[in-house]
Amino acid sequence: MSGGNPDVVIIGAGIVGAAIAERLSAERLKVIVVEADCAGSGATAAGMGHVVVMDDSEAQFALTAYSRRLWQEKEACWPKAAEYRRPGTLWVAADAEEFAAVEHKHAWYGAHGVQSEILTAGDLAREEPQLRPGLAGALRVPEDMVVYPPAAARWLVERARRQGAVYMQGARVEHTTGSVVTLASGTVLHTGGVIHAAGAQGGHLPVTIPVAPRKGHLAITDRAPGFLRHQIVELGYLKSAHGHETESVACNLQPRATGQVLIGSSRQYGVHTAAVELPMLHRMLRRALEYMPGLAGLPVVRTWTGFRAATPDGLPLIGRAPQCEGLWLATGHEGLGITTSLATAELLAAQMLGREAAIPAEPYSPSRFGEKSAHA
Amino acid sequence: MAERAEIVVVGAGPAGIAAACAARECGRSVRVVDENPHAGGQIWRGELPQPWRTRWEQAAVPMQAGATAFGFAGEQTLLVECEGRAMEIAFERLIVATGARERLLPFPGWTLPGVTGAGGLQALMKSGLDLAGRRVVVAGSGPLLAEAGASLLAAGALVAIVAEQASFRQMIPFLGRIAARRGKWTQALRIASALRKTRYRAGAWPLSVERRDGALSVTLRLGPRREVIECDYLACGFGLLGNTELAQLAGCQVVNGCVVVDEHQRTSVLGIYCAGEPVGIAGVESALAQGLTAGYHAAGREDLATACTPGRDRGRRFQRVLAEAFALRPELKELATPDTIICRCEDVRLGELAGFLTWREAKLHTRCGMGACQGRVCGAALEFVAGMPAASVRPPLVPVSVGVLAGEQ
Amino acid sequence: MPEPVTIILNGERRPVAAGSSVAAALLTMGVAARRSVSGEERSAVCGMGICEECRVMVDGRAGVRGCLVTCRDGMEVRTNG
Repeated sequence: MSGGNPDVVIIGAGIVGAAIAERLSAERLKVIVVEADCAGSGATAAGMGHVVVMDDSEAQFALTAYSRRLWQEKEACWPKAAEYRRPGTLWVAADAEEFAAVEHKHAWYGAHGVQSEILTAGDLAREEPQLRPGLAGALRVPEDMVVYPPAAARWLVERARRQGAVYMQGARVEHTTGSVVTLASGTVLHTGGVIHAAGAQGGHLPVTIPVAPRKGHLAITDRAPGFLRHQIVELGYLKSAHGHETESVACNLQPRATGQVLIGSSRQYGVHTAAVELPMLHRMLRRALEYMPGLAGLPVVRTWTGFRAATPDGLPLIGRAPQCEGLWLATGHEGLGITTSLATAELLAAQMLGREAAIPAEPYSPSRFGEKSAHA
Repeated sequence: MAERAEIVVVGAGPAGIAAACAARECGRSVRVVDENPHAGGQIWRGELPQPWRTRWEQAAVPMQAGATAFGFAGEQTLLVECEGRAMEIAFERLIVATGARERLLPFPGWTLPGVTGAGGLQALMKSGLDLAGRRVVVAGSGPLLAEAGASLLAAGALVAIVAEQASFRQMIPFLGRIAARRGKWTQALRIASALRKTRYRAGAWPLSVERRDGALSVTLRLGPRREVIECDYLACGFGLLGNTELAQLAGCQVVNGCVVVDEHQRTSVLGIYCAGEPVGIAGVESALAQGLTAGYHAAGREDLATACTPGRDRGRRFQRVLAEAFALRPELKELATPDTIICRCEDVRLGELAGFLTWREAKLHTRCGMGACQGRVCGAALEFVAGMPAASVRPPLVPVSVGVLAGEQ
Repeated sequence: MPEPVTIILNGERRPVAAGSSVAAALLTMGVAARRSVSGEERSAVCGMGICEECRVMVDGRAGVRGCLVTCRDGMEVRTNG
């Protein structure tokens, strides 16, 4: 970057901030990325890295399907460390009622041009022999992917730097407006615009945004190559992920490139401490064991937590912040930040550069919650 | 299985045994858990000296051996894994007496089979490793090095050399302390006489080791010279580090690797005590005094607890002398080459860690410290070698099965 | 000396000293406890439950630290477990 003020300061080098930095620097904008810790270290590091097409609303589908395509287009670029693989998702139906949902989901995906196939109980048992007997079947979405998000974020930041972006690691933002970013170190950055991409951390913002932290736990086992082939998600996950219960768990299992099994997931509102809570972990692991009893013998080597940035309607905030000239938002991605990061960057870039985007951006507009609610 | 005791002691080394005896003698219900098959910790290993053997037998404290404390369920329930099953033990007071481990430092070849800790080889010998006629090089640092050498010799090992990295000049205050204490004299003489069968060299340390024709070939730095010695085992440990993880998980304050306690061994968390090496490396005598203090105080006998403090304070002063006498020389930071594995669990090499500013960043991007030992070995190594302090402690403190972590009993 | 006990190591019956830990028995026999991620042979280092280098499968339980377990007659031990 040559001298003068930046066009934009991006707050946060998680996967979303990193993707935006890569995108805007490619457009020759002068970009500064400020990151309090290190690239991909917040919710990005805590997430599973499941790149998945979701069908719970047209808007969610549009964003996830578009973004999955962007991940795929970059397939050849991802470094080995990003562990980009395509094991596909199995949406597992426990009973006849859920199997009916599988059929519905299959038809819906078909109508929207997403490849999927129905697995009968017998198919499922052959595909994933560690699942308990008696499950009704599953929907396989073969194009869904798995990545190692911190490495993907780091690569995006590196690429942004090669395109001229300035990356400030270990720089915590004290306060920001749409044109001035004040760092805890005392450094003041004057800029043409500010993009908030710091997930659920919004204490530095001049306005209140409708984003609340939603805590999650994960556990990872020692290496057990071949134990699991697909990302396995119980269909009940949708109830858990999109309901508004204070606490919920769902069976969500992922084979890592190392042969380890990553076990999720839990959701909690109103908890602000990062400590691993064993009662929550108990519930989450028991749920996983209900689907895959053979997990019981695998050693767990680590557990951790993270905070998803949740919005009231489950859709992210991508676009101009109401009531604050120059401030842009790219947050509120809940559990889909890895999947939707690349599309978020495209949508935001299109809006900032006054271009037409590949999909309509209105459903994700921060102003959908009204101007008033967004005022500090 | 759910159990309950007024006082739960984690660790059955000197501090834990003293604490459990004291609390039991005051009429409290006490339960001890320890990972090892027998009481005694690393120093006694199932063979308690008098008067502790009698006292421990008379106290008859129920002990769960082979049991690992891996977390807490709420503020007053300890979670324990024992032979693949989960166990909950509710307590009113907890005494953390989790002992110490060796600091292992990376140098080329340190991951070869047969390269062990110094106390590590001693521990393996005491648990059945036959060393009769085997050639051993003992290296590293600390007063336990000489003891390890002496006990390996006694077991029939051919100890070629005991190489202490500290210089003789650096150790003078420590030797002076020993000379001033009759109890320590006899111990020192016993070790010195045992070591007459070998070479004890100060200012000597390992540079590298390789495997050649089935044997280990160790290159040592001996003052200005290098010497290559063939052996079957290289027993190498660079002093002790307190096992503070359980206390940390409980939320106790830890400063500079030591659990912070008051004069009655109370930590910063109400109802939780800590005694022995996690508080600071100070040896058996101090650990016993601290254990008694904690046990009496937890049992509500502050008067008896206060009476134990002189022994504890002597130990504390000894701790400072020890730390200075065996401070690690900076040359040891340069032993590992870019190709040397730092994280043994994930086989991360030193060269891969270049350019990362913090432990967490290095961990996220290289997997360093992500493996089964949870950074206990590489974390301590990197803290010394690269000045990167390791990150947070989370449950399970050691790997336990999904079933155990899900509470299957 | 008490009678040795017999463990079943990777399917083979092997006599070991009574009272010996699994880690010590493996080291005595010169059998590596595991292969590392990059394929190196590893055996017990710390001898006291910290380093996880001696972890093996014992009677079907994965990830058991061999230094903390005493060999029993008929105990099944698998390396790389």
